[in-house]
Amino acid sequence: MGTITGIAAIGAGLAVIGAGMGIGRIGGSAMDAIARQPEAASKIQTNMIIAAALVEGAALFAVVVSLLVA
Amino acid sequence: MGRKAISIFAFLTVFCLATPMMAQDEHADHSNDSTHSAVVDSHSEAHHASDASAHEEGEEEFNAAEVIMHHIADSHEFHAWGEGENGFTLPLPIILWTDAGLVTFLSSEFHHDDAAHHVVEKKSQRFVKYHDKIYYASETANEHGAYVSYDEEHHPTNIKPLDFSITKNVFSMLLSVVLILLIMIPAGSSYKKNGGIPKGVAGFIEPLVLFVRDDIARPNIGEERYKKFLPYLLTVFFFIWLNNLIGLVPVFPFSSNLTGNIAVTFTLAFMTLLITNFSANKGYWKHIFLPHVPLWLYPIMIPVEVIGILSKPFALMIRLFANISAGHIIILSLTALIFIFKSLWISPVSVFFVLFMNFIELLVAALQAYIFTLLSALFIGLAHVEEEHH
Repeated sequence: MGTITGIAAIGAGLAVIGAGMGIGRIGGSAMDAIARQPEAASKIQTNMIIAAALVEGAALFAVVVSLLVA
Repeated sequence: MGRKAISIFAFLTVFCLATPMMAQDEHADHSNDSTHSAVVDSHSEAHHASDASAHEEGEEEFNAAEVIMHHIADSHEFHAWGEGENGFTLPLPIILWTDAGLVTFLSSEFHHDDAAHHVVEKKSQRFVKYHDKIYYASETANEHGAYVSYDEEHHPTNIKPLDFSITKNVFSMLLSVVLILLIMIPAGSSYKKNGGIPKGVAGFIEPLVLFVRDDIARPNIGEERYKKFLPYLLTVFFFIWLNNLIGLVPVFPFSSNLTGNIAVTFTLAFMTLLITNFSANKGYWKHIFLPHVPLWLYPIMIPVEVIGILSKPFALMIRLFANISAGHIIILSLTALIFIFKSLWISPVSVFFVLFMNFIELLVAALQAYIFTLLSALFIGLAHVEEEHH
């Protein structure tokens, strides 16, 4: 039981790494884009939030699996 | 500066101190009351026994995971405040379809028992509640005094009647429906009264409706077809948003975790699945069953495309469920820090982070409603494939 809980925790941690990289890239690219085209900032922001939410959704799949196992 | 800043500071101090004070009161009540362990809902009887011995020592082990899971789960009674006899719990109706037909009674007849100790007899049938599920009671109690029998994994093997009860989540759903009607009907009728000019609550609703129409439905479904799907998209948007917000309010008639319940998100996603596939045109089905690939690829392509039909709403279901549940778990974990450290001084940290998370959750509440509606619109739009694309 203890090992499986530990492995589940490691899995959740790995999912967070993935989501962090994904959201980091989205945020970084959005900053680049806004710097290039400040007048399109609001549009870029909306799309950035959508993409971030989608990445977060993928990470939460992993969290749900970890929760079910642990 | 001056008075305003001082009053804000005073408010925050009182707020920070009041939370653990109340919590400690609850704690004290709890340790006096060894028969009702409603907050820390013991999972196994062994745990129950250790709980009881801990009570005698006046010291109680706090299991954060159990408390959190208890708070985000559905329940047959709506716990408002306090413990046992000192608290207030709204009993909700239990509606069962049994072998002898319909059986209804109030959940208060179980007397807050959740470990199958208390048997309720109706229409010469006996019921017990165990971990918020209703079972037919066993003839005799087992060695722990519970009227259920277990398998090896400590799950009850008793048969369950069909349960159509108004649980906490159902209650909250009906409440949200009433709230939506109370907001939307006056908003709609005010247009007639004022000759098409939005006034009052309509002035708040109109930008949201226009947002769903112009930024979600129109670009994703297309100019000719979007009107047909607008009622569904608007309903889903306001339903999810309002229920996400209701879940964030921590006081009594709200606070249930409706959109963080997999059955609710399943139903919403299933409706999107039905609408997507029933509004699909010939091009969409051709794309799935007769794709433009070499013939030997068909055994791979067709299963992949068929799974694709189901995986899109499946992702919708998990995304909403996981986002809202995770948000609730984080907020409850931060609150649980006070009980884990058993210190008054951890409370300002805890309250600050809870407040911070609550603001993020406000954003997430609107964002998830938006994402669900956007992706539903996108799937509906994708199911209408123009023939000339091939």
